[in-house]
Amino acid sequence: MNTTYREAIRSALSEALESDDRVFLMGEDVGRYGGCFAVSLGLLEQFGPDRIRDAPLSESAFVGAGVGAAMAGMRPIVEIMTVNFSLLALDQIMNNAATLLHMSGGQCAVPLVLRIPTGGGRQVAAQHSHSLDGWFAHIPGLRVVTPATLEDARGMLATALADPDPVLIFEHASLYPMSGSLDDDAGPVDLDRAAVRRHGTDVSLITYGGTLPMTVEAATTLQDDGIDAEVIDLRTLRPLDEATVLESVSRTHRAVIVDEGWRSGSISAEVSARIIEGAFYELDAPVARVCSAEVPMPYAHQLEQAALPSADRVVAAAREVVGAHG
Amino acid sequence: MTTTVDTTRALDRERGLALLRQMTLIRRFEEKCVQLYSAGTIRGFVHLYIGEEAVAAGAMRALTPDDAVVSTYREHGHALARGIPTRAVMAEMFGKVEGCSGGRGGSMHLFDVGSRFYGGNAIVAGGLPLALGLALADDMRGRDAVTACFFGDGAVAEGEFHETLNLAALWRLPVLFLCENNLYAMGTAIERAQSQTDVALRASSYEMPAWSVDGMDVLAVEDATRAAAEAVRAGGGPHFLELRTYRFRAHSLYDPDRYRTKDEIRQWMQRDPLPAFVERMRAAGSLTDADVTAIEDEVAAEITDAVDYAQSGHEEPVTSLTRWVYSDAGAGT
Repeated sequence: MNTTYREAIRSALSEALESDDRVFLMGEDVGRYGGCFAVSLGLLEQFGPDRIRDAPLSESAFVGAGVGAAMAGMRPIVEIMTVNFSLLALDQIMNNAATLLHMSGGQCAVPLVLRIPTGGGRQVAAQHSHSLDGWFAHIPGLRVVTPATLEDARGMLATALADPDPVLIFEHASLYPMSGSLDDDAGPVDLDRAAVRRHGTDVSLITYGGTLPMTVEAATTLQDDGIDAEVIDLRTLRPLDEATVLESVSRTHRAVIVDEGWRSGSISAEVSARIIEGAFYELDAPVARVCSAEVPMPYAHQLEQAALPSADRVVAAAREVVGAHG
Repeated sequence: MTTTVDTTRALDRERGLALLRQMTLIRRFEEKCVQLYSAGTIRGFVHLYIGEEAVAAGAMRALTPDDAVVSTYREHGHALARGIPTRAVMAEMFGKVEGCSGGRGGSMHLFDVGSRFYGGNAIVAGGLPLALGLALADDMRGRDAVTACFFGDGAVAEGEFHETLNLAALWRLPVLFLCENNLYAMGTAIERAQSQTDVALRASSYEMPAWSVDGMDVLAVEDATRAAAEAVRAGGGPHFLELRTYRFRAHSLYDPDRYRTKDEIRQWMQRDPLPAFVERMRAAGSLTDADVTAIEDEVAAEITDAVDYAQSGHEEPVTSLTRWVYSDAGAGT
């Protein structure tokens, strides 16, 4: 079947709501408006206002309500309109959702799913465009996933809902219109393993989320140069599937990490450190990184594009790494 | 908004003895904590409830076992009054496996899901959204339960307070907000922090019934809580009680208490809820000296037993340090 990333998520939501009466969707404009990115369009009519629950602009209260409802046996899916707004709910995410199980000695599990649109590229400037996925991956107690394909958009939600602990699903806003074909029987997928999206032998291009399409494009371009690049989609930023990364780098001996987050203190820094710790003697060249420029995201098109990773920058970084020791 | 609560209900002996015993247990437990802290046996931040016992003792008696409770970091009294065994609370102070949070929470994070006690929350106002969610779940599942949410006057200055009251009223959720107004947010007096110091008035702006109650009068607290909880249970939406009280000790055992006068403390201690209640029961002919002695003896034995239990409890091996970060013990990083 032909579908889009947006429709794949909607179909996953619909299936979850249909199959489990503990599931409900809550957030700003998820109901009557149909979702800021039209992901939940039509669900209100199908499931009613109790289960497609419009919340006021009170991120801390409705995310915390999700935590409380999850503790009391529900399976809430809470949508935060955009990642910058998640900072208004950081207390509930960090001090409660991620912490309650441990702080209570195992008594309070929080099976909460948070869906958070993330990322730049849409000229919506410095308060709607950042990629903070890696920040959240710093926090023990959370699982952080970044669907970048139609299969993952369709399949990660069900697995997240089955998880006894909080799962944050970061949906890169540039991916919503992405279309393609998806198996009619596409279903739940694992949230544990990175995926090799393209096999190669010369360099490992390691990425996740919104930068996967440009990384695959870069690999195709590199092919014309005779460079056979492998593309790893991390899929889950916490816990990191270190084994898949190290296995790939041990074969290609070179790594470029592509991360839309800022470079300093980013998930790319973590992946780089894991490679250094786990595969240092396999490396034929220093690890390279393509990240966002360390500026608040600017509005002007050319400035924003200059701030974000691009296929060209990935190609250039890969060429340099491969050329480093020929 | 201040509503007169009916406290003329006959003071029956059984009720009075139970309340007195509960308040005495909390008071003596807290005094034991001071000793143990001074001896270095228990550590961390310890926030004592001395002076506020009438609130926990009165309010908890008005709740049912099906109701949920969300509390603050000053929650020893709430935990004991909710019926968490004194042994388990004391063992938590000691950081032992036998503690009610397995030693991972300590004084500020007492949990007992079995009695629907969803913890001491040490982020001021951070527990309010949780209470909202517990009530939302009960409401969606058609369960006949009230979520009682304790917090202090300091929480009224937080955004989460206002977000939560608005949502609870908007969705008519079964939450009973219990504001323990002890006049200080750590060292900052309420009039130095809030433009409108009548917290019940502020709550009532969210279209919910809000009453102020003398938090030093255990019968008034119980009656008001019962009335409010019944109204919530009957589908009346969230209710709010301001319980006017005072802590006789500093904010925590760490606090030199420089921000209030000895005179002020002394004046409030004239209204100590324990002796006041003893006098009241005596005047009503419901209490003898022998009763008081018996309660004190029982409570002393219970606390000695709890300390022995905690002392002989087990220390969790550090090899299980990362247990309960995730439900699945094998989850990686």
